[in-house]
Amino acid sequence: MTASKKLSPVLSATWDQDDSFTIDGYTRNKGYTALKKALKMQPDEVIQLIKDSGLRGRGGAGFPTGNKWGFIPQNDGKEHYLVVNADESEPGTCKDVPLMMANPHVLVEGVIIASYAIRANHAFIYVRGEVVHVVRRLQQAIADAYEAGHLGKNIKKSGFDLELTLHVGAGAYICGEETALLDSLEGFRGQPRLRPPFPAIAGLYAKPTVVNNVESISSVPTIVNNGAEWFGSMGTEKSKGFTLYSLSGHVANPGQFEAPLGITLRELLELAGGVRAGHELKFWTPGGSSTPIFTAEHLDVPLDYEGVSAAGSMLGTKALQIFDETTCVVRAALRWSEFYKHESCGKCTPCREGTWWLVQMLKDLEAGKGTEADLEKLLDVCDNIAGRSFCALADGAVAPIISSLKHFRSEYIAHQTNGGCPFDPVASTIFEKASV
Amino acid sequence: MAFTDDQIATMDSIIARYPRKRSAIMPLLHFVQSISGYVTPEGIEKIAEKLELATAEVTAVSTFYTQYKNKPVGEYHVGVCVNTLCAVMGGDAIYESVTEHLGIGNHETTSDGKVSLERIECNAACDYAPVVMVNWEFFDNQTPQSVRDLVDAARAGNPPAPTRGPKTLRTWKQNSAVLAGISDGLAGEGVSAGEPSKLGLKISKEKK
Repeated sequence: MTASKKLSPVLSATWDQDDSFTIDGYTRNKGYTALKKALKMQPDEVIQLIKDSGLRGRGGAGFPTGNKWGFIPQNDGKEHYLVVNADESEPGTCKDVPLMMANPHVLVEGVIIASYAIRANHAFIYVRGEVVHVVRRLQQAIADAYEAGHLGKNIKKSGFDLELTLHVGAGAYICGEETALLDSLEGFRGQPRLRPPFPAIAGLYAKPTVVNNVESISSVPTIVNNGAEWFGSMGTEKSKGFTLYSLSGHVANPGQFEAPLGITLRELLELAGGVRAGHELKFWTPGGSSTPIFTAEHLDVPLDYEGVSAAGSMLGTKALQIFDETTCVVRAALRWSEFYKHESCGKCTPCREGTWWLVQMLKDLEAGKGTEADLEKLLDVCDNIAGRSFCALADGAVAPIISSLKHFRSEYIAHQTNGGCPFDPVASTIFEKASV
Repeated sequence: MAFTDDQIATMDSIIARYPRKRSAIMPLLHFVQSISGYVTPEGIEKIAEKLELATAEVTAVSTFYTQYKNKPVGEYHVGVCVNTLCAVMGGDAIYESVTEHLGIGNHETTSDGKVSLERIECNAACDYAPVVMVNWEFFDNQTPQSVRDLVDAARAGNPPAPTRGPKTLRTWKQNSAVLAGISDGLAGEGVSAGEPSKLGLKISKEKK
C-alpha cells in the first residue's frame, strides 16, 4: 500500500473548511450527534466502549484512556473532575494547537461525553497561554455550546449537568505534567506531586480526577459514533486507531499527517516530499525532544507504542523533528538542555542542579573545550538525574544527550579536535543566504 | 493606581468561574496585565485581598510563570522561538538580526515603549518554523528580513496581521484581556488552519 493510501483523516477531516471551527460548521459535519447517542447510554457503557476501542493516551504516555476513566471510584459521594491537558509544550509537538484552532467543538463534545462517563459535573480545559487565537476559538466554542444547550444544566433533558471552564496557563512547560497542571489549576506554582495517590483518587482539590490529552478526548465522539470495532480496525495489535503525526524540520513539506498507528517515517517522509532537496536525513525525534533520537537506520520502525519502544525510544507525542546532515547534534543537544534547565520547576534537586550542570558541560563541549573524559562525566551526571525526580522532566532532559552520544560520539570528539564546532549554522537554516 | 468598580466586578466574575477561589489567581494576573501591561505591586495586593492570600503567595505564583512580567513590556512583545528546531531552521539568525536591528536584548524594550524582545521556547507550531510570536499571535515561516520589517512597522504603529489569527494585530494589553477570559469577539477572524496543518488531508483527497 502506498503511503498516501494509508492516510486516514478523521480529526483533521474538516480542517480545509473555512468555518470548521464554528458551531454551525461543526453541526453541519455531524457534530454533537455522538453526544446525543452517549447520553442515551449508561455512563459505564461509555467507559466500556472506550476500553473496548483500545484508545490510548495521545499526550505521550500511551495509557489506555478507558482504564483511566474506570479508575474513578463511583458512588463515593465526592465531586469528580475532568481536566483536559491542552498545555502542548513538548518541543516539536504541534498537533493539539492546530486541532483546537480548526475544530474546538470536537474537543468540547469529547469533554461532555467523558464527563458524563466519569460522572463529573465540572470540567476544565487547561490551555497554554502563548496561543491567544486558540484561546479565542475555545472561548467562543464553549460559549456557543452553552447557548445551544450542550453545556449547563440538564443537558438535552438527560438530567446531566456540566460546567466547562477554560483555564489559560502562563508559560510553564512543567504544567504539561498532569500533577503540576493540577497544582497550577489550584492556583499554585506548577510543581509535580508525589504519586501515589494518583489523580484518579486525589486529583484536583484532592477529588477523583481524570486528566486527558486534547487529542485523546477529541477522539471520543468519533468512537461513540462509529464504534469500538471501527476504531480498532485501524492501527496495530496493541496500538489501535488513527493519530496525528507532526513532521517538522528539514523536510520538503512539513505538516500534519493523520494516519493509523504503525506507519513508518519512511512512509511519512514520502508524504512530506522527502528530506529537503540535496540533503540527507541525519537524526530525528520520534515524539518530541524528550524521546531518544533516532537516525536513518530507524526509518522503518513502526511508529506505534511498542515499535518505537522496542527500538529504544518512545512514541511520545508523535512529533517527528527531522534534521539533515548540516545540523550539529551537539548544538541540538545543548539547546534542548538549555530548555530543560529553564523549565525545571526546581522542586527536585537532581533535576534543578543537574540540568544546570548539563548545560555547563555541553557549552564547553560545543566550544571545543571539553575532553573525552568529560563525555563519561556527562553520562555520569545523566545517570544521577534520570529516575531520581518526582516527574519525567528529568528523564526527558537526559534523553537527547544519552542518545546523541550513543549515535554520534565521534561528533562530540570532533568538536574537541577541531577546537570548536565544525558546522556552519547558516547551512542548516532554510534561508538560501546568510544575508536574508 | 486604584482599580475601578468595573474592574473589581470583572475580577469577581473571574473568581466565580471556579469551585475554589484560589484557582482564579492565574486569570487575575492576566487581567492585571491587561490593565497595566505587567504585574504591578498594586495588582498583587488587590489579588491577595480578593483571594484572601498573603501578597508573598501571589508573588510566588506570579514569578513562577514566564508570561507574567515584572516590568513593562512593549506594546508589541516579540518572541523569537530559539528552541532547537526553530533555532536550527533560522531562529538563531532571526534573533541575532532583530536584536542588533533594534539595539535591545532579551527581555528589553525599545525606548519608545513600542517593541520588546524575548527568546521563547517551543510554541507548538514547528511545521511553520521558524516561528515568531507577537503578543502571542502566530507569525509563521519568518526570515530575518520579515522580522526586521515587522518590528519597524510595529514601531510605526502599523504592524502586519498574524499569519493565523485576527485581521489586525492587537496590543499586548488587549491580548492579555483575552487570556484573562474576556472575549474580544475576534474568534471568527482568520483561517481555520494553515497549509501545513492541512497537508495530510489534502494529499489523501488528491489520491481518491
